[in-house]
Amino acid sequence: MSKKKISVALTGLNNTDNPGPGVPVIRGIRESKEFDARIIGLAYENLEPGIYMHNVVDKTYQVPYPSEGTDVLINRILEIHEKDPIDVLIPNFDAELYAFMKAEETLKKANISTFLPTLEQFEERHKSELPKFGEKYDVKVPFSKPITRSDEIDNLKEDFDYPLMVKGKFYDAYLAYNADQVKMHYNKISAKWGLPVIIQEFIKGTEVNVVALGDGHGNTVGAVPMRKQYITEQGKAWAGITLDDKRLLDLTDKIISGMKWRGGMELEIVKSFENDLYVIEINPRIPAWVYLAVGAGQNLPEALIKLALGQEFDPYTKYEIGKMFIRYSYDIITDVREFEKLSTLGEL
Amino acid sequence: MQIKKNIAVSETGFVFDPTSGESYSINKVGQEIMAMLKDEKTPQEIRTRMCEQYDIDQASFEKYYYDFTGMLRQFQLIEEDE
Repeated sequence: MSKKKISVALTGLNNTDNPGPGVPVIRGIRESKEFDARIIGLAYENLEPGIYMHNVVDKTYQVPYPSEGTDVLINRILEIHEKDPIDVLIPNFDAELYAFMKAEETLKKANISTFLPTLEQFEERHKSELPKFGEKYDVKVPFSKPITRSDEIDNLKEDFDYPLMVKGKFYDAYLAYNADQVKMHYNKISAKWGLPVIIQEFIKGTEVNVVALGDGHGNTVGAVPMRKQYITEQGKAWAGITLDDKRLLDLTDKIISGMKWRGGMELEIVKSFENDLYVIEINPRIPAWVYLAVGAGQNLPEALIKLALGQEFDPYTKYEIGKMFIRYSYDIITDVREFEKLSTLGEL
Repeated sequence: MQIKKNIAVSETGFVFDPTSGESYSINKVGQEIMAMLKDEKTPQEIRTRMCEQYDIDQASFEKYYYDFTGMLRQFQLIEEDE
């Protein structure tokens, strides 16, 4: 069977020590038995490593940050599409999803397919909305409280026991043992990600994660649970292993069917010492460790493309247990002319 | 006492718990005891067998045996309804 030629544009080429999911998503797509994909990288920064990985990304275009305005970003995408047509667009950052979800119809009219959660789904799984989410979908969540003023920090002891978690609305999470540490993290996080900053009860236990894909009708298209075996100082997985835990899969199904989740997601769960499962975060996109799922038998990036193109797809029902991933760093040698080309022309 | 069914013990003494993702290493004696627990042997049967095979008295074996099984329980390698 000859492979269908498609063109896939995606973000998240920052394969750094805090990696975006772009490169692992591309690796999954490259391994597809059904698609022969031309990969168009969309880069926000000119030193995102994926830009210079020419066996991974065929062509890269610089795009403006969503903070410059949804229209500015989408117009740039349409401009790229005009000279280098895009069949499927896969945004890989939480912070840009809002812009792409809002522009879904515009992109569709231009024949660019996406497979994204709805705005309502996106909003209700926000960290600041977690207590409401837990109540609505009957899942255990840690007690959380969004704060918008630093003078609220001294009163936190009325609602929380230390230590507690201090989290940014999109990224970053720090453990704080006292009010001074909360203040330090609050300032750092609010400067980087804005407000609110979320204060969350710290659940002692083992952190496990699930990468999953929902079809938007309440069905789980695929799901693979993983435990981090080696964690970087930034809390990112540097090694992990697939798990055999039906409770994690049942919880994933419950959330996807309840929300009718559409698109990729990552569930961050803490298994407490009492063996209860607490959902601590629901990330609305495929995580950077997705290639483990591909290696374990579920090519979720390929499945996402099929869903975006409206193709029939039989859900994955199994994966290999005990499959491991171990990240590594690698120095690419490139030339200043490549850097110059991207910096001046906005493409490479 | 029953070892969880999905716990894998390799010939080299590598124990893998696929539910938690944890792995452990055990020595030959530990492997023998794990194998007997998997075969649902009683503590008495295990004690008799080990005391026949090794130069150890029953009281000393029991002490080590309960230490070992306590550790298996702590690592949640034992069926929960036990």
